[in-house]
Amino acid sequence: MAFERASGRKVNEPRAMEAKAGVIKNADGSAMFKMGDTIAYAAVYGPRDLYPKFMQNPKKGILRCNYNMMPFSGSGERVRPGQNRRAKEISMVTEKALLPVLELEDFPNAVVDVYVELPQTDAGSRCAGICAAAIALADAGLVMKDMIAAVSVGNLDGNIVVDLDKDEEDFEGPVADIPVAIIPSTGQITLLQMDGEITPEKLVKALELAQETCMRINEVQRKALKDKYAGE
Amino acid sequence: MEGIQVQDRAIITPGEVIATGMDYIPSMGTYRDKERIIANKLGMVHIEGRAIKVIPLSGRYMPKVGDMIIGQVIDISMSGWRIELNCAYSAMISLKDATSDFIERGADLTQYYNLGDYMIAEIVNVTSQKLVDLSTRGPGMRKLQGGRIITVNPNKVPRVIGKQGSMVGLIKDATGCRITVGQNGIIHIQGTPKQEMLAAETIHKVEQESHFSGLTDKIKAYLEQRVKEMQLDPTPLIIDEPPRERPMQQRRGPPRFSRGRR
Repeated sequence: MAFERASGRKVNEPRAMEAKAGVIKNADGSAMFKMGDTIAYAAVYGPRDLYPKFMQNPKKGILRCNYNMMPFSGSGERVRPGQNRRAKEISMVTEKALLPVLELEDFPNAVVDVYVELPQTDAGSRCAGICAAAIALADAGLVMKDMIAAVSVGNLDGNIVVDLDKDEEDFEGPVADIPVAIIPSTGQITLLQMDGEITPEKLVKALELAQETCMRINEVQRKALKDKYAGE
Repeated sequence: MEGIQVQDRAIITPGEVIATGMDYIPSMGTYRDKERIIANKLGMVHIEGRAIKVIPLSGRYMPKVGDMIIGQVIDISMSGWRIELNCAYSAMISLKDATSDFIERGADLTQYYNLGDYMIAEIVNVTSQKLVDLSTRGPGMRKLQGGRIITVNPNKVPRVIGKQGSMVGLIKDATGCRITVGQNGIIHIQGTPKQEMLAAETIHKVEQESHFSGLTDKIKAYLEQRVKEMQLDPTPLIIDEPPRERPMQQRRGPPRFSRGRR
């Protein structure tokens, strides 16, 4: 018997996705990525001069990510925007998820800045942020081996599901939320975190589901870029 | 599956396979992963015989030796000027590459180039650490006075210039403006205010519609129509220029080794 999700989605069905490239005019590259009610905007600036100077790396350029939830983006109370423990962590994992595909050797002492802003969230915000950032980086004309797609998978009361929303994340029973970022062409994982518990067997199955979903997300990302430059 | 996987001139995103098999050679904007040739940049596929390249559509300017650029003075140091090029790195131009005048030690350098001044210069050297050296020695290189500066996407510069300068020549003739296009996407336009306005407008139109074929004819028609609408007088403005600096005199006589005090 198939498990019924509160939202009516199938266990392997992500929320409706929408992506658009080039949404911020002043940025070198930008994108919007929407996953259900979670909306992420990413803006890329650079490569540009990096200051303070001690942060410069003479061997290659660095990537600097900034994740920010807007004040009333959550489902509950006002979120204090700006740096906090959680935002710092997510900024760091975003950077580490994106870095493996980027080739910044041509930009010694420079920086590529990525700003991820979330005007509205319904769980899975770091995944949506990474998806938007990948489109924005490609839009900025940077050299990258591949694009990164990310999605969360999880264990909901013993069932493996993809793309958990806030209601599912807050489920009273046993629940695991596992954000995964994947390089589509090789299937390599660049982000893997977990909240909750899952058995090793189920984890393997969940990751397979993540791979499958990331391929679908990747198609949406590529389409967004092609739509922007259609006709050229 | 062997051979080309996508159409020529198709838009491609990073990570997409362009061709499989060893018959093709990866060029600019692509890399080889065993049998496959994959794009590593967003751009347009261009297949030239066996070579496959991706022509970028976006991205910042990257300094290249031999490029003529337009830059702005952002700092003055003991021995030269620092120039902003609209890219990740700024450039240096030393005294001897900027002017052929004799400059006393400790002289006021602002009389040659002041902060905020624009200049046309050539990139003479780029190091592995992206230290960029400029020079203004050569025809057409000078300090820019008057006129206006506009910026376009550096990837669209070849379209703005056109084949053998056909596009920029067309705009120059129709508007009567003096136009200089820097490889870094900075463009200097000089003429009457009306002429400058039309030239800037047209250049932005070229930038936006760079992908249409037969663009030159389209721009020609557009210019003719706008010239009529604006009642523009396309006679070039007479710009009085200070006489060009005389080239540095070759010193005669035996080589002098000591650098003693004069």
